[in-house]
Amino acid sequence: MSAENLSANLMQAASNNPVYRRRLLVHRVGIALSFLAMVLGLFFLGWILFTLIIKGVGAIGWNIFTQTTPAPGSEGGGLMNAIVGSLLMVGAATLISTPIGIFAGVYLAEYGEVSIFAKVTRFVTDIMLSAPSIVIGLFIYAIYVAQVKHFSGWAGSFAISLIAIPVVVRTTDNMLNLVPTSLREAAFALGAPRWRVATFVRLRAVKAGVITGVLLAVARISGETAPLLFTALNNQFYSSNMNAPMANLPVVIYQFAMSPYDNWRDLAWGGALLITFSVLALNILSRALFKQKNQH
Amino acid sequence: MMTQNPNAQREAAFGKTLMATMRRQRVQDFLFHKITFIFALSVLLVLLGIIASLMIGAWPALKEFGLPFITSVEWDPVNDQYGAAIAIVGTLVTSFLALLIAFPISFGIALFLTEICPAWLKRPLGTAVELLAGVPSIIYGMWGLFVFAPLFSDYIQPALASTLGHLPVIGELFRGPQMGIGILAAGIILAVMIIPFIASVMRDVFEIVPPVLKESAYAMGCTKWEVVRKIVLPYTRIGVVGGVMLGLGRALGETMAITFVIGNAHKLSWSLFAAGNSIASTLANEFAEAETVLHVSSLFALGLILFLITFIVLSAAKLMLVGMSRKEGAK
Amino acid sequence: MTTQPSMNMINKKTLEIKDLNFYYGTFQGLKNINLDIQDKKVTAFIGPSGCGKSTLLRTFNRMYDLYPGQRAEGEILYHGSNILDPGQDVNMLRAKVGMVFQKPTPFPMSIYDNIAFGVRLYENLPKGEMDERVEWALNKAALWTEVKDKLNKSGLSLSGGQQQRLCIARGVAVKPDVLLLDEPTSALDPISTAKIEELISELKGDYTIAIVTHNMQQAARCSDYTAYMYLGELVEFGETDQIFMNPAKKDTQDYITGRFG
Repeated sequence: MSAENLSANLMQAASNNPVYRRRLLVHRVGIALSFLAMVLGLFFLGWILFTLIIKGVGAIGWNIFTQTTPAPGSEGGGLMNAIVGSLLMVGAATLISTPIGIFAGVYLAEYGEVSIFAKVTRFVTDIMLSAPSIVIGLFIYAIYVAQVKHFSGWAGSFAISLIAIPVVVRTTDNMLNLVPTSLREAAFALGAPRWRVATFVRLRAVKAGVITGVLLAVARISGETAPLLFTALNNQFYSSNMNAPMANLPVVIYQFAMSPYDNWRDLAWGGALLITFSVLALNILSRALFKQKNQH
Repeated sequence: MMTQNPNAQREAAFGKTLMATMRRQRVQDFLFHKITFIFALSVLLVLLGIIASLMIGAWPALKEFGLPFITSVEWDPVNDQYGAAIAIVGTLVTSFLALLIAFPISFGIALFLTEICPAWLKRPLGTAVELLAGVPSIIYGMWGLFVFAPLFSDYIQPALASTLGHLPVIGELFRGPQMGIGILAAGIILAVMIIPFIASVMRDVFEIVPPVLKESAYAMGCTKWEVVRKIVLPYTRIGVVGGVMLGLGRALGETMAITFVIGNAHKLSWSLFAAGNSIASTLANEFAEAETVLHVSSLFALGLILFLITFIVLSAAKLMLVGMSRKEGAK
Repeated sequence: MTTQPSMNMINKKTLEIKDLNFYYGTFQGLKNINLDIQDKKVTAFIGPSGCGKSTLLRTFNRMYDLYPGQRAEGEILYHGSNILDPGQDVNMLRAKVGMVFQKPTPFPMSIYDNIAFGVRLYENLPKGEMDERVEWALNKAALWTEVKDKLNKSGLSLSGGQQQRLCIARGVAVKPDVLLLDEPTSALDPISTAKIEELISELKGDYTIAIVTHNMQQAARCSDYTAYMYLGELVEFGETDQIFMNPAKKDTQDYITGRFG
């Protein structure tokens, strides 16, 4: 038996209440808009990737990996020197930035709560994460290229390592801070000195996470063009001399894409496809690695 | 000596090695602190180094042109006269346009991912958004030039000109030749590029809201949209603003996405259809070939201005986001 | 397996639960619950952790809808209609069946707005009437005298016990039929707890109350009917005095005398 002054059927109450009906309408419109935004975002990004594949796949062939960049006006050609150059520079940058980044990250995690300096450094690192990469190129130009009076692969490596370092620092710092206090305290309780706790216990506990950070940094710098524009410049021929201008994929793509030559533009798309999929693969790999290690 | 038993001797020896170990460990800890400190310091030094080297590089131009450099619309390599206004305006306009377009879309995406998305779709979509945030910006530039620009000039620009172009004040923005490239095109490409980035940051911010709070609102009979508008948004307001500013900081410094389509013209115009220049695109196009001291130095000055603007924007963003995460820790 | 109240069957039943089964994915959280919640009385749910009492409470306002993978089978009749029916309007249900949570959850707004928030969802009251409603609700929750001079301050500025009373006021302001209280005092100090228990006895004259508590003494003090649950099953249900002084089942007696859980 229901009370007489209350509506027995909730559905009836719903449709009789004008305030509620309007609320429901607003809700439906809002949800629809949100869904639309998602679809729109995915549409554009799907379109871009689709374009990349269509235009780039035609240029991928053995020649990309075996022939060097063609001279203006000549036929065919490949991207071999650019690929090698990119690999060399990204490799060198990784070697430089990984230890610096990890050590700095360890410092922040160990002393970050107590020292003002650490707090400032953390703040600055986060800023540098989003800093304009072309200005980084300008910086290396000013302090290195202008001094030695020539462009070089080393200059390019330095530039992109400056972009990688904040990524590694941030990830290392974050990962280390995830280590439960109980683990640290257990190590201290055994009488271990601070540095051992920091490295052998804490760092080791988050090894996978730190490696993920390094891989993410590598993915990030593989696609960077601006910092290489006036550091490594470019090289039409194959060269593994890091002390001279060095060909690299991003700058080659930039030059070739805006050119009037068909084969150049095709190669540009092919190179773009290569870079994008390497970057995506690295990202996916690092995620998979991180998840796998975390299952333990 | 003869009265001491062997146990005591052993203990004394043990005590000595213990002391030695302790001392050694203290030294090791000291070194550890100093070494890691130096590496952390290097990050700070790089920042200071950047500012310093930019200032040094910019000095000749600043000395020559003074403060009017910032407002001058000259950019004449032939006569060696330079001013930053065109580039600054280009940078600011494209970035604000990009944010205007990207904000609602990123917002909608973040909302969808956190509140509306069915559970089985959450992980794949979320990962897709993050992966797309990692696509190199040069790809966007190329897509912009070869795919978007023709469509823009064939369909969208005429549509804009015939509708908004006739309105009194806003109409000025849509005048002029419809070349497909230009400030508006650059702004749109930039928007597409930063959407995944801002969406990611906002999603992280939305996930900070305690589920109990949302459940309370649902328990009162709120619709999902109301929970979002009246609980999630006020709670995360600061974080949302921080996320937007972070996106702005990124957009300001972006080079490759817009260099392809901004048109590289050293002219200031009211129309969004016109070609223009941003600081980053000017640097990308001219630095390698700049010859005179004043040209190079003016480019350095541009870089300095860009760095300072981004630094301020990013600092503000960071402060807001830190405030947000403190809220997370508090309750 | 339940024992119906032995007297006073002329009491109206607000909620009738029939053959309720609940699943978290493949795990069954509630098994064959059959139970009636009496109108304008306090029904307490007791039992060890994990017995399903909160789960049961959360089916009364379909809170589990928020989480995919959680589903309920069976019927819960509220005023004749089955609220588990997917066609049921969930928001209107929640307007009639309010809930207060274990952790006090004031919304990030002023005290006044916290109360007005719920009312505004359903009624377009002019300012004067809204003021009255806010005062009425805060009085009902025994909070008015403490906050009447600071209605514009944030709800978060109150103490824990006050925040919880604010949540109760908020729930009462929309004039529901039923109030669901999910361990409302576990997060509070003893003095606030006592105040809220006093509140419950006052409120039951106007609202049907279902309260989940892990504190048996609280159930004994506050409720008219008590349900003892264990591992998802309703073991025994009856008038509180009877359950505590003369339980029909040995399991119930074991729990009440503290022999386990």
